[in-house]
Amino acid sequence: MTAATDRAVRADDGEDLAIVPRRNPLNLVGIVVLAVLGAMLVHTLVTNDNFDWGVVKLYLNAEAIARGALLTVELTAISMVLGVLLGIVLAVMRLSRSRVLSASAWAFVWFFRGTPLLIQLIFWFNLSALFPRLSLGIPFGPEFVSGSANAFITPFVAALLGLSLNEGAYMAEIVRGGLLSIDRGQSEAAQALGMRPAKTLRRVVLPQAMRAIVPPTANQTLSMLKNTSLVSVLGAADLLHATQIIYSRTYQTIPLLIVAALWYLAMTSVLSVAQYYLERFYQRGDLGASRRRLFPRRHAAETAEADSPKAVS
Amino acid sequence: MTDVQDREESRTQRDVLIRARGIRKSFGSQQVLRGIDLDVQSGEVCCVIGPSGSGKSTLLRCINHLEKLDGGQIHVGGELIGYRRSGNRLHELSVREAARQRAGIGMVFQRFNLFPHRTALENVMEGPRQVKREPAAEVRERALALLGRVGLRDKAGSYPAQLSGGQQQRVAIARALAMRPQVMLFDEPTSALDPELVGEVLETMRSLAEEGMTMIIVTHEIGFAREVADTLIFIDEGVIVEQGPPRDVIAAPSHERTRAFLSKVL
Repeated sequence: MTAATDRAVRADDGEDLAIVPRRNPLNLVGIVVLAVLGAMLVHTLVTNDNFDWGVVKLYLNAEAIARGALLTVELTAISMVLGVLLGIVLAVMRLSRSRVLSASAWAFVWFFRGTPLLIQLIFWFNLSALFPRLSLGIPFGPEFVSGSANAFITPFVAALLGLSLNEGAYMAEIVRGGLLSIDRGQSEAAQALGMRPAKTLRRVVLPQAMRAIVPPTANQTLSMLKNTSLVSVLGAADLLHATQIIYSRTYQTIPLLIVAALWYLAMTSVLSVAQYYLERFYQRGDLGASRRRLFPRRHAAETAEADSPKAVS
Repeated sequence: MTDVQDREESRTQRDVLIRARGIRKSFGSQQVLRGIDLDVQSGEVCCVIGPSGSGKSTLLRCINHLEKLDGGQIHVGGELIGYRRSGNRLHELSVREAARQRAGIGMVFQRFNLFPHRTALENVMEGPRQVKREPAAEVRERALALLGRVGLRDKAGSYPAQLSGGQQQRVAIARALAMRPQVMLFDEPTSALDPELVGEVLETMRSLAEEGMTMIIVTHEIGFAREVADTLIFIDEGVIVEQGPPRDVIAAPSHERTRAFLSKVL
């Protein structure tokens, strides 16, 4: 018997050998590097007096700052709700068979995405320079309500107009992407059951598209939370503006910025938790979706679970 | 009198349920249907075969107005589908009217098209609840009974992703039946299935046929068509080349194109 056949026979033995998953040695290097960096961070936070933790603690729940945070939350919540609704309408218009609707949605997105948010905010705030009087009525016909633009466009209204119209333009593209990701067969099946387009959208297409819509919308909400700080140019006292007012008086810039950052972090953390539950809700029917990875970890237990829905077919 | 004769006899007395005349349809410059005439009687099972791209699926999709027509008329149950005649013109119906007409025509798709975010039971209940607005308890009971009929009562709470292809297609059949359609359209219902799952779906369709459901089935299952169909239609390049009782068409096709096609699939 030659050496080669001898080896072949041995390999074929069918002995029950333990299988060792491949380890990635870079993992350990990464852990060490992170541990050192983490230790340095903690060290400087504790020993560097310039952080002035006493001042941070003092202002963390100061009334002016809490009121600023409240305005930030209000602006974010209202503009996001209006922005999402506007985005859905614009996306549906854009995908409509009607050229008029499609083109007007395109033009809206083109304009509001193509000009800086800051310009839009200041523009709305100064609307009275363009139209001193605003009125509601029949074009070129009688007016039902009218009044001074200055009285109607308060900083809060200008901020809402600017933020939600701008947001609507971005959301339109996000929603459109989500709607396009759903197979045509879904709306055909709904139509075949006798559903009308509005119901098809509401019951069948949109709920499925939400899976693709939620993560970027959460992104948008977080950036909205921070973008609201732009409204300080309109004189609205949001969270950042409130801290700026204080440190311009006390010169305790770093500690007060830390206060603002902690507030923003707290608010975005709450939103991230909300995102998690929202995503989980819209993953109904896709079992194992939350464990999905770009490159799945292949450990026996996980593999069996993640593959189970497909294994049946 | 034999059973077959009995069925033939009773059918002649029944009405024509689906009447298509001169159906034409193009996609861009490609003419897919070039004048199709078709009569399907109440309770008749009509199988449509033909090479891919011959227009079979398009014909089916015209019957429930998922496709607009370029010419011709389709009546289902005496009602003109998708259009309203006034004088010499056919005006397209409103979205609402077209939806109402589709609600009476069941359709089963090649790729099932179950709603993945709803359970099997919710899929079956969706039409009666959302379109017909029938009371929940009643719909639920009927949906469970229909799932039982297709042998999937124990899968009522499962999501489509948890079901095999054959099970999904049977749920899709139950979903269409829940609307109490006067006719069922099947668009290659077994073409996306693994071979060992085809049987369970065909079995469900066979039992539907036995109960007297009017069915138009686009299929590649010649054996099934021979057994179940009352009429076999061979379509090629947008025209009906041959039609008749399946045994005759399969055993003695009178056209060369039919013969060539059958020799490839049999």
